Amino acid sequence: MGDWSGYIGLILQGALVTAKLTVMGTALALVMAFTAGLARLAPFAPLRWLARAYVEFFRGTSIFVQLFWVYFVLPFAGVSLSPLQAGVMALGLNVGAYGAEVVRGAVLSVPRDQYEACIAVNLSRFQRMRHVILPQALPLMLPTFCNNAIELLKGTAVVSLISLSDMTFQAQVVRAQTGSTLIPFATILVLYFAMSLLIAGGMRWLERRVTRGLDGVRP
Amino acid sequence: MAEPIIRFDNIRKSFGTLTVLDGLSFDVMPGEKLALIGPSGSGKTTILRILMTLENISGGHIEVCGEQLYHMQKAGREVPADEAHLHKMRRHIGMVFQHFNLFPHKCVLDNITLAPILTKGEPRAEAEKRGMALLDMVGLADKARAMPSQLSGGQKQRVAIARALALQPRIMLFDEVTSALDPELVEEVLAVMKRLADETDMTMLLVTHEMGFAHEFADRVLFFDRGHIIEQGPPDRIFTSPTHERTQTFLRKIIAAGHRV
Repeated sequence: MGDWSGYIGLILQGALVTAKLTVMGTALALVMAFTAGLARLAPFAPLRWLARAYVEFFRGTSIFVQLFWVYFVLPFAGVSLSPLQAGVMALGLNVGAYGAEVVRGAVLSVPRDQYEACIAVNLSRFQRMRHVILPQALPLMLPTFCNNAIELLKGTAVVSLISLSDMTFQAQVVRAQTGSTLIPFATILVLYFAMSLLIAGGMRWLERRVTRGLDGVRP
Repeated sequence: MAEPIIRFDNIRKSFGTLTVLDGLSFDVMPGEKLALIGPSGSGKTTILRILMTLENISGGHIEVCGEQLYHMQKAGREVPADEAHLHKMRRHIGMVFQHFNLFPHKCVLDNITLAPILTKGEPRAEAEKRGMALLDMVGLADKARAMPSQLSGGQKQRVAIARALALQPRIMLFDEVTSALDPELVEEVLAVMKRLADETDMTMLLVTHEMGFAHEFADRVLFFDRGHIIEQGPPDRIFTSPTHERTQTFLRKIIAAGHRV
């Protein structure tokens, strides 16, 4: 029985890697989502094309292939990343492409009235976005962002392919060493579920915060 | 004779194949209170939206406060105005909308102070002091911290008027500001506007279907039909003895619909 506590410890180490990847990947995805999402609405056409190309490429190819490119092909171009960096980059860029469409859609769904009011009080393009449009678009983004973050959490399992010992990788190791499938996989099932509950809870809290006083804006 | 503060010179405006304004010219003198009346689709609202730079023009020139609105000089040549020029010109103009267009995520006072703080760099304390004075003027000092969703239509519209006034424009545009209100709330908004008209030397353009109010409010009434000024003059003449047949028909219909003139 003493052995099991060691094996569980191994899985918990993996859980830490998974959590790290999720947090850092989500942070990068968020940056990419806003950068590309807002660029898709920019008045400057080349910026729109660039953002469009990014979104289509990263949505249209598999995360699996992207990860291999980042980790095994980029070194030929002189960019060598650690497995963790490569994982964060692939996950962040991939999920960020989905997020960009969420940002774009939410910004576009703020009524035209609000843009016109901004022009009438002479706010600049940036002030308009920062003070009027985004604060109203944010509550519309959060439910989908929550989905994306949970997708990203589950997507972290692919990084075991580039020798990163995340939770799923460690479960495989334990399974190989003990011959038991039930215990390691039941453990990570519970852990993944707990982490996704944590994300969902955090998002609900955020949603409550940003929608405070905003009734009448959301349907 | 003073120079006009607004000058429309041969303005054309089309939406796709639909021509709304076709060679419209008129002047507005500083301090003048102008009422624009006429059937729906006659181009009244488009005129205000063009002045607020919410719609571009298809042809012609507009002068506001002695400067071109949609054109500027660059290397001795006239070119279309850029965003910086429009930004500069918009300082002269404020607008109140039919549907209020308040910022729903900001409290009443923040709705009013946002633009002065951001666009004029006014210190917050000073902006709030002026904002409170404006709220007091429209009778809503006790609602400073309320959210727009907690207000009635009439209260929202009075906040919107205060918001436009906070930027101290020389020209104010009122676009059917009582059309979206319940009948019993119309009066409180009109009272605020009447006071403004009487007590300030702001130039005001009013698009309305409230003929009684246009009569009280305006120095000059312009009757539009299909993008053209059919008839214009002091309200006493336009409303009591219109000469043009289309004006007569329009006013008869309005009276038949239960509006007072």
